[in-house]
Amino acid sequence: MTELTATHHAATTRDAGEPQHLSRGKVGISCLIITESFFFMCFIVAYLYYIVILQVDDGGPDPSVIFRADIMVYIASVTLLSSSVTVVLAARALAAGRHGRFRAWLATTLALGGFFLLATVLEWKHLIGDLGVWMDTSSFGTCFFSLVGFHALHVVIGLSALGLCLLLSLRGHLPQAQAERFEILSWYWHFVDVVWIFVFTSVYLLRVYI
Amino acid sequence: MTETRTQANEDRTVFRSWFLLILVTIIVLGLGFVAMSMLGESIDEGASDPDVFQATDVFMQPDAEWNTSILVSKSPETREIRRLSWLVVLIAIGIFVVVEVLLIFAMIRYRKKSGEEGEPVQMYGSNPIELAWTVIPILIVVALCLTTVRTIQSIQPTVTERPDNALDVEVIGHRWWWEFRIPEYDVVTANEVSVPVGRPIWLILDSADVIHSFWVPELQGKMDAIPAKTNYWRFTADETGTYLGQCAEYCGTQHANMLIRVDVLEEDAFRAWAVEQGQPPADIEDERVIAGRETFLQFACRNCHGIAGVSEGTYAPDLTHLMSRTLIAGGMLPNNENNLKAWLEDPQKIKPGCDMPALQLSTSQIEDVVAYLMTLD
Amino acid sequence: MTVRPQSTKTETDTAPAGVLSRVHEWVTTVDHKRLGIMYIMAGLLFFMIGGIEAGVIRYQLSYPANPAIDPVTFNQMFTMHGTTMVFLVGMPVLLGFGNYLVPLMIGTRDMAFPRLNSWGFWVFLFGGLLLYYSFIGSSGLYGDAGAPDVGWFAYSPLTSRAFSRGNSVDYWTLGILVSGFGSMATGINLVVTILCLRCRGMKLMRMPIMVWSMLITGFLVIVALPVLTGVQVMLLFDRFLGAHFFDPQLEGSVLLWQHLFWFFGHPEVYILILPAFGFISEIVPVFSRKVIFGYNMMVIALLWIAFQSLGVWAHHMFAVGLPPSLNAFFAASTLLIAVPTGIKIFNWLGTIWGGRIIYATPMLFALGFVGLFVIGGLTGIMLATVPFDWDVSDSYFVVGHFHYVLFGGTLFAIFGAIYYWFPKMTGRMLSERLGRWHFWMLFVGMNLTFGPMHVSGILGMPRRIYTYAPERGLDIWNQMTTVGYAIQFIGILFFIWNVIHSLRKGRRAGSDPWDAWTLEWATSSPPPAWNYHPLPVVKSRRPLWDAKHPEDPDSEYE
Ligand code: HEA
Ligand code: HEA
Ligand code: HEC
Ligand code: CUA
Ligand SMILES: [Cu+2]
Repeated sequence: MTELTATHHAATTRDAGEPQHLSRGKVGISCLIITESFFFMCFIVAYLYYIVILQVDDGGPDPSVIFRADIMVYIASVTLLSSSVTVVLAARALAAGRHGRFRAWLATTLALGGFFLLATVLEWKHLIGDLGVWMDTSSFGTCFFSLVGFHALHVVIGLSALGLCLLLSLRGHLPQAQAERFEILSWYWHFVDVVWIFVFTSVYLLRVYI
Repeated sequence: MTETRTQANEDRTVFRSWFLLILVTIIVLGLGFVAMSMLGESIDEGASDPDVFQATDVFMQPDAEWNTSILVSKSPETREIRRLSWLVVLIAIGIFVVVEVLLIFAMIRYRKKSGEEGEPVQMYGSNPIELAWTVIPILIVVALCLTTVRTIQSIQPTVTERPDNALDVEVIGHRWWWEFRIPEYDVVTANEVSVPVGRPIWLILDSADVIHSFWVPELQGKMDAIPAKTNYWRFTADETGTYLGQCAEYCGTQHANMLIRVDVLEEDAFRAWAVEQGQPPADIEDERVIAGRETFLQFACRNCHGIAGVSEGTYAPDLTHLMSRTLIAGGMLPNNENNLKAWLEDPQKIKPGCDMPALQLSTSQIEDVVAYLMTLD
Repeated sequence: MTVRPQSTKTETDTAPAGVLSRVHEWVTTVDHKRLGIMYIMAGLLFFMIGGIEAGVIRYQLSYPANPAIDPVTFNQMFTMHGTTMVFLVGMPVLLGFGNYLVPLMIGTRDMAFPRLNSWGFWVFLFGGLLLYYSFIGSSGLYGDAGAPDVGWFAYSPLTSRAFSRGNSVDYWTLGILVSGFGSMATGINLVVTILCLRCRGMKLMRMPIMVWSMLITGFLVIVALPVLTGVQVMLLFDRFLGAHFFDPQLEGSVLLWQHLFWFFGHPEVYILILPAFGFISEIVPVFSRKVIFGYNMMVIALLWIAFQSLGVWAHHMFAVGLPPSLNAFFAASTLLIAVPTGIKIFNWLGTIWGGRIIYATPMLFALGFVGLFVIGGLTGIMLATVPFDWDVSDSYFVVGHFHYVLFGGTLFAIFGAIYYWFPKMTGRMLSERLGRWHFWMLFVGMNLTFGPMHVSGILGMPRRIYTYAPERGLDIWNQMTTVGYAIQFIGILFFIWNVIHSLRKGRRAGSDPWDAWTLEWATSSPPPAWNYHPLPVVKSRRPLWDAKHPEDPDSEYE
């Protein structure tokens, strides 16, 4: 049983600090995004399979019920996607230490995201309240509400986090040094947007127009 | 002290590596040879199995009254499967022997002997040998893939491949019994079915509740019976006889007691059986039997069980020709008067969890009903 | 710069002695080493429970038409056994070792996100307890109390409200879902730690294979587990919100469950074996006194297996009536996995070839692993040839296959790892004599248990049956299996005794009892709270070899 001798430690000399090859936060958020993507994949697959490929006809409401909401959805999609741009601008502003600008862009992002959420709420109100469509009424209901619902949930999470940042910034607790953290949060927000592209394609484009 | 890693040592290790490589190659080639010779015959020529590959006694269950061994093939389909199985088994055994022999050899040869000091030669790897044990398995895998695909093609039926002279048999899984229907003869029966020898049987598999799997090992591999999805499956029995099987996909509490019995009969005998099964029950005169029928109709029996001309239930086994079956309750009990009485008294005691409730009949009512049931042959 | 001798004292030694404060310390800890040990301990505890459930199964099947156990209980036993072994034994123990070893092996002080790490552990434990609470707490409205009885892969529609009343299925779903969050957190943590926190000089291609295997396992956890979560959420929606993802009456497809479940399920079994490959790749070289043979190919093989495992899931579904083309595709993709796995097997053989093998207990388990895993792997290959699978799918042949890879593979590797790293974790050696007993009892017992299963499968015995008829000639094989279980049981008792005994009386280990080469042996046993001070710098894959053989360092050969 060799005890460590001095020569062993030839290999272990010098405190090199903690060399950071990559940013922990960025790698971490990337992993989280991969995880979430696979989670969404389940619901997208279910939607595509039942509604787009099989086009199951179970007598219940089918995608045609979302026709009415159509134009609203386009507007909402554009707002959500543009919020990706504004959040980048906000992140840049923070990195540059321009807090006023940062708050302005962040507030814009929140407004755009909030508008999207509002559109979803109105659509759901129409579907559930006026038409009586819910998860149990048809396969379409099942797939639609779970997919769009989980996306909306992520929008809510994203908005809460961004809102918290705004609050912190207003109180002066979000210094320039935190720019990287904010950038990481913005990645999450981009992810929420990208997922929407897939959701939008499956739900509003594919079935409605084929 | 450590030996230094000189060129000479490298050479020695490379030599060992080539020795290994050659060994592996020889064995693989030998296996390939066996495989080729086996695959020479094909299903259509009706060639019988090479004798060497007849199942050994162990797998024949010589003492068992029930034979469900997959190695006893009584149909061209199972023979085809078995040809593939033996190929795979042989390849696997070959690889197994190679790996374990090398492992044990190395374990003995290279154990640390007393007096040995310091560290052995450090060998970091060897491209030729690593290439060898990548490429050789790839070749084996390719060979396996090709034979697998070929066998799939030759036995997996698709809807379009129903042979013209086939007999349709609808198989519907229920918790925990099997419903068989032969539309050609209006046959509806449970758990036991007869089919003609030598004629292709076209199975149409469905389920009334959860997923089940139809498995009669000597006649064909298994195929699932899935709700809202129809599967097709095919076999042709070689010999008359009784073939047993059972549900193979876990379907709940009584999955263990969901047995299948296929009687393969000569064409004439089969036709006689089928025609008989298609008949309504004979008229009854005996008072007790009539009383039994009344009880049957009064109690909930009729809601679940069908008897041609008497009741319409489809939830439970059709009883029109109950007494022509050898077993009841998904194959748990021999079909006789005592067992029927016990069954009616409390099915839950015999088959806990099954979907027939205890109907609280009095003893005399049970006697009546059983007397009635006994006439249903 | 000279090196300060490192203190063997850990926080625990200096903390106030009270039991409560000790417990408090362990409960609130964010130290990767303590969390790792807690993961391993919790996993081993669940292993005892799962093993006892296996005992109930074996007792019931020991002779035909045995009236001992009623069917519902039996079905609960195999469901809980399978679920426990996969989710509450395999995953936590392996991830626990990852937790403990990865920071030490890459020369850093903790995981990337220590608090997330602690959260992951407690969430996992809570999920496990939730699952077990079902035994007493699930008597929903219908009085169908008890543990879930739907099998570990819980096929729909058996799990629907119509066929599983009460709440047992919900406990299964929620328990696994919750513990899954813990696993995902750990997976992310491992990947980030390995990518971001390696010490100076620790290039990717200098990492021990064990660390590679953890990186790749972490990746598999990240992509596979969320699919399980997704599909379980669908099931919850079906059961609670009236959704009909899996309702065949309403045009739902029950196969959707199978596709999504096995898209998770197959990578899951590789999550259970890749870390085991990692352990073996550490143990075999040290006790052969040789460097690992073909490091590059070992890494490539790991990556190959992991990526390909995402495209083979339907080999669990050969009997559901997929079109022939799909069957053929999945057969081919499955068979191809034999190639990278074979590379690993042969490279281990290459490692012991020409070595000076020391038969210490970790090495016994490692070589046992190689010998037994090959058997399980080859029966896997047989299953992958579709028509043969039609014969033996859902029979005891499959049960034999997966116990050879899970027990002969994963569990042997875990025991090997425990014997190998126990000295590092506790500062004391496990007894070699008891270790040998443990190994041989398990080796003999496991072959006697799982070998005959192949025969009973070939004889037509389906899995998950609580009884079989006496006329079938299955008794003898089942009896052998049951006897094998008893032998294993005794083997495990040796292990338990060994751990308890050695914790107090074991020989002191010193920092490097095996004369090994990876970084964790450069620090004291058990390591101080901060692992290294100063942080190490490495120049090759075997930093301690370089230190011990300065005249012949590794770095020149890589
Ligand atoms: C640790 C877990 C583990 C591992 C590593 C494996 C590895 C493999 N498994 Fe296994 N498997 C399970 C756990 C595992 N399995 C479980 C739990 C189930 C059942 C789930 C359930 O239904 O409950 C299952 C079920 C299962 C099935 C479905 C059976 C059925 O239900 O009908 C199939 C079918 O293809 C299969 C195949 C394989 C293959 C091909 C491998 C390959 O990875 C094996 C590769 C290894 C080798 C081949 C040996 C070494 C290689 C060589 C020496 C090289 C030369 C070899 C050749 C050229 C062939 N497995
Ligand atoms: C890592 C995974 C793993 C492990 C290690 C095991 C270990 C064992 N398994 Fe398991 N098994 C599975 C995973 C595993 N299994 C899975 C996934 C299934 C499928 C489930 C399903 O179909 O849904 C299954 C199914 C399964 C079946 C099929 C059930 C059926 O289909 O009806 C059987 C039957 O014999 C079985 C037996 C055993 C036995 C005898 C052991 C033995 O090796 C166990 C050895 C353990 C012990 C002997 C414990 C000893 C305990 C003590 C000594 C405690 C002492 C107590 C104190 C000190 C407090 N298992
Ligand atoms: C709620 C439905 C239901 C009612 C009511 C019911 N049964 Fe049944 N019965 C079943 C089911 C389901 C089975 C199959 C049980 C099994 O094998 O798992 C069965 C099986 C049987 C069998 C065995 C058939 C075979 O081939 O295996 C007989 C005989 C039988 N019932 C007679 C009766 C009689 C007589 C009554 C009335 C007194 C009755 N049943 C009432 C559901 C019912
Ligand atoms: Cu029906 Cu199992
Ligand atoms: Cu698999």
